[in-house]
Amino acid sequence: MAILRVKDVSKRFGGLKALTDVNLNIEENSVHAIIGPNGAGKSTLLNCLVGKLMPDTGSVLFNNNSVLGLEPFQINQMGISRVFQTPEIFGELTVMENMLIPIFAMRDGAFRMHAYETIAREREVVEQAEVMLEEMNMADKREMHAASLSRGDKRRLEIGMCLSQNPRLLLLDEPTAGMARADTNNTIDLLKQIKDERDITIAIIEHDMHVVFSLAERITVLAQGTPLVEDTPEKIRGHPKVREAYLGEAA
Amino acid sequence: MLGLNKKDTSLLIVVALLTLLAPFILNPFPEGSAMAQFNAGYPDLMQRFVIFGIFAIGFNILFGLTGYLSFGHAAFLGVGSYSAVWMFKLLSYNVIPAIALSVVVAGLFSLLIGFISLRRSGIYFSILTLAFAQMSFALAYSVLSNPKFNLTNGETGLQVYADDPQILQGANAPDLPHLFGLPMRATYTMDVGAWSFDFNAGYYLCAIIMMAVFYLSIRIFRSPFGMMLRAVKSNQQRMNYTGLNSKPYTLAAFVISGMYAGLAGGLMAAMDPLAGAERMQWTASGEVVLMTILGGTGTLIGPVLGAGFIKYFENIFSKINDNVLHSWFAFLPDGLEDAVVFVIHPFIGKGWHLTLGILFMLVVIYLPGGLVEGGQRLLKRFKRKKKDTDDAPSGKTEPAE
Repeated sequence: MAILRVKDVSKRFGGLKALTDVNLNIEENSVHAIIGPNGAGKSTLLNCLVGKLMPDTGSVLFNNNSVLGLEPFQINQMGISRVFQTPEIFGELTVMENMLIPIFAMRDGAFRMHAYETIAREREVVEQAEVMLEEMNMADKREMHAASLSRGDKRRLEIGMCLSQNPRLLLLDEPTAGMARADTNNTIDLLKQIKDERDITIAIIEHDMHVVFSLAERITVLAQGTPLVEDTPEKIRGHPKVREAYLGEAA
Repeated sequence: MLGLNKKDTSLLIVVALLTLLAPFILNPFPEGSAMAQFNAGYPDLMQRFVIFGIFAIGFNILFGLTGYLSFGHAAFLGVGSYSAVWMFKLLSYNVIPAIALSVVVAGLFSLLIGFISLRRSGIYFSILTLAFAQMSFALAYSVLSNPKFNLTNGETGLQVYADDPQILQGANAPDLPHLFGLPMRATYTMDVGAWSFDFNAGYYLCAIIMMAVFYLSIRIFRSPFGMMLRAVKSNQQRMNYTGLNSKPYTLAAFVISGMYAGLAGGLMAAMDPLAGAERMQWTASGEVVLMTILGGTGTLIGPVLGAGFIKYFENIFSKINDNVLHSWFAFLPDGLEDAVVFVIHPFIGKGWHLTLGILFMLVVIYLPGGLVEGGQRLLKRFKRKKKDTDDAPSGKTEPAE
């Protein structure tokens, strides 16, 4: 069953057609990659899924509920978590606090005026955060300021923050962009581990073909704002249309 | 204790001791000595220390935690003062209903202004709050003061007149603000040798309220809510994508700090039953920004220190005049004495703003964390030195390898 259905989505920015009639189904518990050359509309598509952009036409259904017109925090509460291209974490807060916030958000909803309670007394939340830090191998860094972490650790923390909410769908926007090879491989291993251990659907937008082919079960190729082909990695690898989109007609 | 950790408890105890013993601490110099003018232990000034302390503590909950810089908080202070004086006029001189109403009215007023201003962030938010505050000032100064509808009494300022209803004012109750019969001006003066210490009822009321709201601010800082406010400052994007709606969080912080400001305004009126529009002017809003930054933005005790520092300067430094300077430098030869006084002259008396400005610049450039950071650095240096002297002897006995 498809957990996310994108139907006939189009988006224009002035004269620029960013997306034209995009149809896309993401199956539950699969790893689905969306690839394509620069300017293909990958980020625009992603922003339409999480409430940052409103498509001009079409529908986006998550678990049979429309997400269009909702705020990002509402979409997150439905079970979609997003990992950004450059890690978005709370830099001035400690690693532990970074992990506590999503767990509080999951327990208490979008807003709660718990101004007179003490964090240390919220044992359950603290325990969950500790388990998650352990799982991310970051327990020893819990008192560090998140801004002082290495790039790879920031990414780990961000993924951990998303996972702590047990999302149904995890969206990753070029999770290894700008990373050294070792960090990239660590991230791939982490994502593989997540895929194996959890009941989760992963949608990933990626430039790095090494990452795509080591993770994805389905691949959609996007070019000039419209899906070109969708298939398994083996089929995509040698597909003439994909080569054309990436390398130009001369190839 | 009281649901605080050890460090916060000791901070609260230190603050409690300092405020309760302030009449002694602020009057270190004997009466009539040359240094007596540096004494700050008189009721009027001590009241201002704690009232502006409350104002700054509240401002810090908004600015220190969420990073939203409001340039209009004096409006809430003014609204608080007007509400309190109206309570004096209509009900009685008892300060409790007056202070309660000032907090409630300031809360409602800040809800309205916050709701609109928080549609924007950064500099636009600051400008919106500034505009609202100046509008409030104009309303109080002229618009809401006409013969048909006189809410603020314009330039003269709102005060209690003999023909005001004061329906609950008992026959024997004092004819000035009081707490169930205890006048706010009641002062007991203790003379110890050459020293004299004033214990003022109004000051102690303000001090106890300040300790209560300081405790409340510690609880807010340490609560999940406080953590969410820091998250607003750190990364709103991540917050929204984590399923949190940052708007009600910032609005709640805005209203809480507005209520603190209203409380401060109410206490001001309780100490002196008069409310004027100048309390709402933008310079007053700027002052609380200075206090918070000078003391240490986002720290618990910083705003109180900043408030005390600025009020001390305003009241003590501004009183030093050329005569005082001449008496200090009388030991110098005549020509030199005049030269020294001439050089220092622009920085004293009415020029105290100049001194404050220079100090403010020095703090912002060299101590971005404010006076609190200065204190921490001194403490660290002191500790390191102590450690060095402790380590030195043991270092000698170790054989070199």
